[in-house]
Amino acid sequence: MAIDPNKHPMPTQAPEERAHNFREVALGYTLEVAREEASRCLNCKNQPCVKGCPVGIHIPQFIQALRKGEIEEAYQIISLTSSLPAICGRVCPQETQCEQQCTLGIRYEPVGIGRLERFVADWHNEHSTEAPQKPESNGHRVAIVGSGPSGLTCAGDLAKKGYQVTVFEALHTAGGVLVYGIPEFRLPKAIVAREVETLKALGVDIETNVIIGKTLTVDELFEQGYEAVFIGSGAGLPNFMGIPGESLKGVYSANEYLTRSNLMKAYRDDADTPIMKGGSVAVVGGGNVAMDAARTALRLGAEHVYIVYRRSMEELPARREEVEHAEEEGIDFRLLCNPVEVLGWNDPENPRDPKNGFVKAMRCIRMQLGEPDASGRRRPVEIPGSEFTLDVDTVVIAIGTSPNPLIKSTTEGLEVNRRGGIVINEDGLTSRKNVYAGGDAVTGAATVISAMGAGKTAAAAIDKALCGEQN
Amino acid sequence: MNKILVRRELNPTVTLLTVEAPLIARKAEPGQFVIVRPDAEGERIPLTIADFDREAGTVTIIFQIVGATTEKLNHLMEGGCVQDIAGPLGRATHTEGLKKVAVVGGGVGCAIAYPVAKKLFEQGAEVHAVAGFRTKDLVILEDEFAAHSTLFCRMSDDGSWGEKGLVTDALKQLIEAGNQYDEVITIGPLIMMKFVCAITKQYGIKTVASMNPIMIDGTGTAA
Repeated sequence: MAIDPNKHPMPTQAPEERAHNFREVALGYTLEVAREEASRCLNCKNQPCVKGCPVGIHIPQFIQALRKGEIEEAYQIISLTSSLPAICGRVCPQETQCEQQCTLGIRYEPVGIGRLERFVADWHNEHSTEAPQKPESNGHRVAIVGSGPSGLTCAGDLAKKGYQVTVFEALHTAGGVLVYGIPEFRLPKAIVAREVETLKALGVDIETNVIIGKTLTVDELFEQGYEAVFIGSGAGLPNFMGIPGESLKGVYSANEYLTRSNLMKAYRDDADTPIMKGGSVAVVGGGNVAMDAARTALRLGAEHVYIVYRRSMEELPARREEVEHAEEEGIDFRLLCNPVEVLGWNDPENPRDPKNGFVKAMRCIRMQLGEPDASGRRRPVEIPGSEFTLDVDTVVIAIGTSPNPLIKSTTEGLEVNRRGGIVINEDGLTSRKNVYAGGDAVTGAATVISAMGAGKTAAAAIDKALCGEQN
Repeated sequence: MNKILVRRELNPTVTLLTVEAPLIARKAEPGQFVIVRPDAEGERIPLTIADFDREAGTVTIIFQIVGATTEKLNHLMEGGCVQDIAGPLGRATHTEGLKKVAVVGGGVGCAIAYPVAKKLFEQGAEVHAVAGFRTKDLVILEDEFAAHSTLFCRMSDDGSWGEKGLVTDALKQLIEAGNQYDEVITIGPLIMMKFVCAITKQYGIKTVASMNPIMIDGTGTAA
């Protein structure tokens, strides 16, 4: 049988429909389609895809099980190395990881590994009746700071080995960036909640509304009897551009905008949480967060949404699939443009005009690409005299985030690099004894899967440190 | 979920809640705030810590009803619970080494000024408290200020409470009467704080004004 050169397309909600609701865009494969896609896998011996996966999922094995219709077996194979398959199957940038390495991809489209992972995880979640067993305690206590992907993974791995694990979360809901950052239409919150419930069933204690560095310090955790601490506090500090007008009303960091919509549920009609809805919205930046913010704005009722990005489509760091989805939904990409000033309403004749102090427009300048910079991408340079104005009511700045500084400033002897990332060794150990770290708190904003990998590495190292080699 | 032990309406639009929050009470300092969410559906809002009791494990917040979230908060009753409270956040007001201080509060800003006055008073400083309100009906924390200051100037715009006039009138009089302050701490409407600063600048007195930022997570990440 000849190999189908193309991946089986992912069924999605129609663009015109989904642009007005917050339900998940991608609907997932059926069993039949999943098995057909699985049959595209060449099951090659050298398994290049596995090398492309930050946690080394046994990809050909799970795909072969799926091909035979052994879905639960496929799930168990994924579970050997990955803790959050339903999440990673949705948000991993497979096109630059496993799928980029796929042998089939040399001539054709690679196997849709992410879509298959998602199918297997969803099937398991729907059909499995097996309740997680709480393992016997080994008497050791570990504290995890932050309940994002690195913290949840570290907590899960340690709990399975019998550690008494407490996860401290600063916000009111566990999940970190998976709940405050990634919107419902890309990652339904019920999936995250399910992962958290599984951890609780394993005996993990989750304490929300506890801000480590304020409510309790890392040192106090040791005083309370925790023997090791893992810091997975993420990168929640938004970067701004430093241009005039950024403090006008209607200018948000993507972090605030998405937190209001996702975590504080402003996307729902019955929510109290204020957020600017409707009008014209400009989102500055070209990453996944920028796409999330732009598509959220559209769903909140914006009439026109721009993505303003200083490089070209080729350099856009967002996942290709997200960019395509955004384009289909009608997001207006203004590439090779950079904001120079946010302009506000100001009527001196009528100082009581309620519009005063709010955003009116954004001045931008056109850019062209020059020589490659340190990152290897061609450096954008301004084209003199090319300024123009976009009339907008809301501006969302999505140009990246930095590690949260709170723990560094309250933990003596914890070394960070010049970007604020916590310095660790290959085991995830920081400059402080028995204090480990991983995820965005170390790397700055990166991917869910790499944070998960860091959580696993640290869990193994903590186990070795507390229980020695016998495990 | 944190239990509400005391609920008191201080004036028609300002309410006080004392809630159980032992971890926060253990660390709280004047000038810090907490993040509060009245119920599971709503917004997270920052509110200044108006008082705390480390032994009882309680934290007191005072809020003005200005929108949907504070309206909901106002509907919670004694014996009920706030959904979430997290903190303490922000930097504590610096009080160390201060011997003589004027604490100037305006309107609901007095709720923030009070714990500062209390801490200074308890550490033995001479505290001149100046509180200003539009009218008598809006006065809050009168007894608390009186009990934690060496001198308490009551000011109202219409003269229905204390002296008729602005807090800046009282402050100016105190300075001109020869009081030498190590620092003036002012909390209230922006325009009031601006005029307080204008006066203290004339006399070269160090002044600390309190800004209440808009934020959502309170972990130093919001704009």
